[in-house]
Amino acid sequence: MSWWRTPASSTQVTHGGRLWLYVLAAIIMILLIIPTFLVIPMSFSDSQYLEFPPETWSLRWYNEYFGSRKWMRATVVSLKIATATMMVATILGTMAAYALFVSGHRLAKRIFMLLITPMIVPVILIAIGTFYAFGKFGLNNTLTGLVIAHTALATPLVMIVITAALRSYDLNQERVAVSLGATRIKAFFQITLPQIKFSVVTAALLSFLTSFDEVIVAIFVSGGSTATLTKHMFSALRDYIDPTIAAISTIMVLVSTVLLLLTQAIGKK
Amino acid sequence: MSKTSAETVVENNQTGNQFPAVSDDNRVALAEQEKREQWKLLSLTFPALVVIALVILIPVGWLFYLSFIGKAGGFSLENYQKMIEYKSYARTFTTTFQVSFLTTLICILLGYPLAYFLAQLPGRWVGFFMLAVLLPFWTSLLVRTYAWLVLLQRKGIINDFAINMGLWESPIKLVHNMTGTLIGMAHIMLPFLVLPLYNAMKKIDRDMMHAASNLGASPARAFWTVYMPLSLPGMVAGSLIVFVLCLGFYVTPAVLGGGRVIMVSTQITAILENQFNWGAASALGVVLLIATLLVLFIAGRVLKLDAALFGKS
Amino acid sequence: MNESSIVDSALPISIRGLTKQYGQLYALDTVDLDIKSGEFLTLLGPSGSGKTTLLMAIAGFNRPDAGSIRFGDKEMILTPPHKREVGMVFQSYALFPHMSVAENIAYPLKLRRVNKSERRERVNKALDTVQLSGLGERHIDQLSGGQRQRVALARAFVFEPRILLMDEPLSALDKKLRERMQIELKDLHRQLGVTTVYVTHDQREALTMSDRIAVIDNGQLMQVDAPQVIYNQPSNAFVADFIGESTMIPLKRTGNELFVGDERVSSVPDTPAETDWSLVIRPERLMVEPGTADRDSTLFFNGTVKESVFQGETALLLVVLDDGTEVSVRSSTGTATPGITANPGSQVQLAIFRRDIIVVPTGNSQR
Repeated sequence: MSWWRTPASSTQVTHGGRLWLYVLAAIIMILLIIPTFLVIPMSFSDSQYLEFPPETWSLRWYNEYFGSRKWMRATVVSLKIATATMMVATILGTMAAYALFVSGHRLAKRIFMLLITPMIVPVILIAIGTFYAFGKFGLNNTLTGLVIAHTALATPLVMIVITAALRSYDLNQERVAVSLGATRIKAFFQITLPQIKFSVVTAALLSFLTSFDEVIVAIFVSGGSTATLTKHMFSALRDYIDPTIAAISTIMVLVSTVLLLLTQAIGKK
Repeated sequence: MSKTSAETVVENNQTGNQFPAVSDDNRVALAEQEKREQWKLLSLTFPALVVIALVILIPVGWLFYLSFIGKAGGFSLENYQKMIEYKSYARTFTTTFQVSFLTTLICILLGYPLAYFLAQLPGRWVGFFMLAVLLPFWTSLLVRTYAWLVLLQRKGIINDFAINMGLWESPIKLVHNMTGTLIGMAHIMLPFLVLPLYNAMKKIDRDMMHAASNLGASPARAFWTVYMPLSLPGMVAGSLIVFVLCLGFYVTPAVLGGGRVIMVSTQITAILENQFNWGAASALGVVLLIATLLVLFIAGRVLKLDAALFGKS
Repeated sequence: MNESSIVDSALPISIRGLTKQYGQLYALDTVDLDIKSGEFLTLLGPSGSGKTTLLMAIAGFNRPDAGSIRFGDKEMILTPPHKREVGMVFQSYALFPHMSVAENIAYPLKLRRVNKSERRERVNKALDTVQLSGLGERHIDQLSGGQRQRVALARAFVFEPRILLMDEPLSALDKKLRERMQIELKDLHRQLGVTTVYVTHDQREALTMSDRIAVIDNGQLMQVDAPQVIYNQPSNAFVADFIGESTMIPLKRTGNELFVGDERVSSVPDTPAETDWSLVIRPERLMVEPGTADRDSTLFFNGTVKESVFQGETALLLVVLDDGTEVSVRSSTGTATPGITANPGSQVQLAIFRRDIIVVPTGNSQR
């Protein structure tokens, strides 16, 4: 194949000479992707012990999951919290990112640093800290409390995504709109927002997943009837390997994959 | 011509240069308008700041305070003294740094070739292969940890496969120990290294490599003397993110370590669960936070991290 | 458009004491400037001179520290930009990519709640004016650079602002298109009659288009005059150097007379005793080997040819004068000019008419 002889790099190394790189990259990518997806066939096993490939196929663990009051309630709690977090974090994060990007005030950089501290402070510290403080505020075991905590965790991601979007956007467009007679707020909603909307959607989906997948804060701050799906999954994992988790994992992997492909698809437009 | 104050203008007037006097028309009104507008803008960040105060500033501040409260209830350094006295604490910190360091190292070894491969791909292929990095990134880390737990267990796929291939004879213990923890953590952290590294590599001007070639460097030499140093900031930024995230990591060591890999975060929860000792747990948390900040601070000082982390060039 | 509509479609701008400081640096240093109603005024200066800052201050996007900006007799300095009724064209055009050409142009009309049928009519008229009829439904990314420029322009004047501001609107275009657009813009200005402030760093562009040019440097206005005056009678060394090609020859001063060598050049216009003066020579005003010329009306220099360069429509001769100053002489290659092809090393005599002589102060010898 002549393809092997064609140059692959700026230094004229041929594709053939790079074979090792392609093989290595392929192995690493397989290691990244496959383990998670192996759970999918296993979840359809009929056995108490997870096997691959399953000897007998069944929907036993899915029935277990969908038939369980505990799992269903936890799922609804997680969905509620994630939805609320998504809305609050996206709005707060976009507002803050926009203000700090436009402002140029000497405090802007410091406020930005302050707002992304949830990415720097170890989550375990946030978890026990909020558990303690929320205990005093009466926010433990409430949906509100967990939404507040998850909003803090998701806002930095929103800010980073939105700031990156604003950086590749020509702010003069907003200025033009203002010179043509639009108020600043109008200019933002009519001109800026439509052009960064894909980033806003990406940020929203990221915040949803951040909340839905969050484990540690949920372990501490949620409980009883507000215990999240991840909290139940975590305790089930620590004690024994419950195959129901394979079924739940499969659903979660599929949801993540669909959401990711969605953002990739709209990003290309 | 730059002047520092109104006096200079007056001076110039005296020497005969015809500068108009400094104007004060609308000076006060303009300054007030500027201030008002800035506040209006900055007030957009207030809701987010309130959330940060509720979730970070107040709780962490409270823990900081608790860490100085002794068993008797008054101010005391006993929580910190214990940390120095008891060997188990030192072991925990050693384990934490060890795990973080090894995870970072594995991520670099696997992440650099992968990022390089992605950065060299023609544009239309990048999106597809990038999914390999993004998909794990978007998947729940609990699910990924669970997947490794299943794969690595005594009768798991890895052991079956290895025995069938004749790599080893009887099942090896791959999980509930350091090996399992490292495998799981490297898998979870890899995207955090590859993404910034890929971005840094994308910014390297292709003409640099052309120039190196043209000046007589062999491909290998051009790579090591030109490409590698230019990609270094991205690699350092990525490694730092990984290292710092590892320091405070909880889920994966708790599940895949099976109680045998005790990191700071797992010990904090153990203290709370078993002894309900807020002072000790807080002190441990404060030290963890300080260690994290110290790593970031030193790295920031040495490497001008701002630029690498936040993409401001 | 008739004369009377020109009068009420434009507003004069009067700027007094405008000051903007960034730390120790003055971006605008007590600028006073009067822009006449319907005038095309260009702010010309090197990058960082403050010309864009001044334009943005007029538009309301840059808040000065002090001063006054009046449109007509109305103080505008505290008015927010969306209430200034000023059309603006940016260097990047800043067209809205999520709207079609027609939607872009209709945007200011929508904000002013102009009804749909009138909107369509005015958009079409604006498209006609910029010669883009029929392209209203196009998407922005389907347009060429020149077309985008025209859309940005149409969008800026469609709501009939009485002031039009442009920030280097042609700098992204290639040379040929830029030169055509310069003529078109000037034409459009004549049609609209709107007061226009135009920023550029390109002196040729400024000379081509402007009624008057304001040369700006370090936040200060260096000279505000018609193009011919700016070129022929620069009032200081910066303007002389920045506009056109020139050679500066320092002059000796004896009393109130200025000399180059032994030759009297002129008398000092006014007399702060410590000011130094220089002779400004435009390369195209120098004559090579003039033969017999009148000493009273002509100044002569002797020198040696260093280099002779053919540049297409003109040729350039580099001559080192006897006192060591290097001057360039430009002459048309169309007419046979004696001496212009002189070989390096040969002696030449140069001459300039005394009426073409420019002297400028070059600073204060005490400083």
